[in-house]
Amino acid sequence: MAKRKKLNTTQQKYQQIVKKTNPKPNLVFNCLLAFISGGLVCIVGQLLIDFYAWAMKLPPEKASNPAVATLILMGALLTGLGYFDKLAHYAGAGLAVPVTGFANSMVSSALEFKREGYIMGIGSKMFMLAGSVITYGVVTAFFVGLFRAVLK
Amino acid sequence: MTKKLGKQSFYFANPPVIISTGTVVGPFEANSPFKDDFDFIFDDNLAGQESFEKAERTLLLNACYTALNKINTPPENIEYFLAGDLLNQIISAGFSALKLEIPFLGIYGACSTAVEGLILASVMIDGGFCNLAMAATSSHNSSAERQYRYPTEYGNQRKPFSQWTVTGAGAAVVSVTGMGPVITHATVGKVTDLACKDPLNLGAAMAPAAADTIIRHFADTGRNPTDYDLILTGDLGKVGQELAIQWTAESGGFDLSMNYQDCGELIYDKVDERVHAGGSGCACAAIVAYGNIYRRLRAGELKKVLLVATGAMHSPTSFQQGENIPCIAHAISIEAR
Amino acid sequence: MYLKAFLVGGTICLIGQVIYDATKLTMGHILTGMVIVGGVLGGFGVYEKLIKFAGAGASMPIISFGNSLAEGAIREADTTGIVGVLTGMFELTSTGITAAIVFGFLVAVIFNPKG
Repeated sequence: MAKRKKLNTTQQKYQQIVKKTNPKPNLVFNCLLAFISGGLVCIVGQLLIDFYAWAMKLPPEKASNPAVATLILMGALLTGLGYFDKLAHYAGAGLAVPVTGFANSMVSSALEFKREGYIMGIGSKMFMLAGSVITYGVVTAFFVGLFRAVLK
Repeated sequence: MTKKLGKQSFYFANPPVIISTGTVVGPFEANSPFKDDFDFIFDDNLAGQESFEKAERTLLLNACYTALNKINTPPENIEYFLAGDLLNQIISAGFSALKLEIPFLGIYGACSTAVEGLILASVMIDGGFCNLAMAATSSHNSSAERQYRYPTEYGNQRKPFSQWTVTGAGAAVVSVTGMGPVITHATVGKVTDLACKDPLNLGAAMAPAAADTIIRHFADTGRNPTDYDLILTGDLGKVGQELAIQWTAESGGFDLSMNYQDCGELIYDKVDERVHAGGSGCACAAIVAYGNIYRRLRAGELKKVLLVATGAMHSPTSFQQGENIPCIAHAISIEAR
Repeated sequence: MYLKAFLVGGTICLIGQVIYDATKLTMGHILTGMVIVGGVLGGFGVYEKLIKFAGAGASMPIISFGNSLAEGAIREADTTGIVGVLTGMFELTSTGITAAIVFGFLVAVIFNPKG
């Protein structure tokens, strides 16, 4: 990252005007939609967990695995059919934060770069957006795990 | 005899004539209040092609052929083709020039390309280097989205100041003689940087560039905002338009509020709430100016229009490396004759 | 359970939305941050309690991905020693990653972007 350069007076003056003029997102409305849609996604997840627990006779913690996979499949299909971006316009974080968002980030990247071929496109661009989540998740988990293992 | 006026402007001794224009848009623009002024509306976002890049090229070629057909001129009669677009290495323009087989100068001014092309074409014509030149530009929402932002199917919630890249293309044929509105003055802008960093808020980044060029134009030509029926910026959108008015008053003392409009603000009026602050992209200024405004100039409804196209000269790489967004604006005075 | 899942899941999404609207961070930044938080919480075994409490409300949001990574590494390290951090890392998250890759690939092959 570049060092933060000092703004000259004209830039400062303009940035103040920009700050005043910029429209603010409708926070209350956006949050309400994110809360409700996020909650609904989790209810679907819970339904799936209970369904798999019942159908496969699994304990709930094991049943969450097929439930996660099903939600990912739903997110992937919605993305492929072109509905996910339209829904996400309203739901915002409600669809992005659950695993559906993870699925969408991978599928949309793979889909978008399909035209650049199966290797250079789908194959290598799939993790374009999801990559940072996996990278930082693994690095964090590595040090946390190491810390715990050494501590013992 | 010099034609230079002041620091950044010049006038044309024999004002070049815009004898024909072509505008082509995608399906989303079919709901625009200007839809009747577009020559052709594709009802398919891909324009029958395999990719968005190829679709954009099809739009650009289509706009060029439309402009040529209106005056029954084959491409080989056009002496120079000046075109540019938003895609890396301006591939839409380059590949179109391959098909048109007209000697080609590729230009890049981001969304200011429409006016940059008109200025250069006019200079070539008034300079006596040719009699007939064509300027064209294009943009496509999906190809721009994937290059500058996210994959098109990625569920990104747009911010209230974000703008919607126009899918479309515009071409104008400029001639030494003929019927149509003429280009009398041009002001070439400087790249400005007022420390805007948000690539989703380009209206705010580009507004001071527009203000700078407008102020410079008035200073160089001795004109006033009231000399024009309409001052029209390219793609500032709602937020940028508001800022341009404020900043022009603040830094130049000119009041634009009387006769100033913005193509980006106009083009998607009440089209779709996802558009937010308005349209953007090379095609935004081109299709409004070559469609609606051109028709009104020809009909005599408008006499004098100052067209100021604005462009953001950043790339995804430059803003990811933490740099500000430098912006530019070029202005031309188009007058009915 | 369903009410708890709704409330906890909704609240986590709400936190993401507030950060998104109030700052200039992109969703990518926020999700990455959440995974890191999940990893740290997982290290202390806190998140596991939330999952016990809220079920899918805690296990569907992306935080749980970070938690599961840490959880897998720690569990394996407990049984096989320090190398377990490496071998156990994807033990619990393999469903999510495998499903996303396979479904992502299939969808990309079948569908075309609509724009």
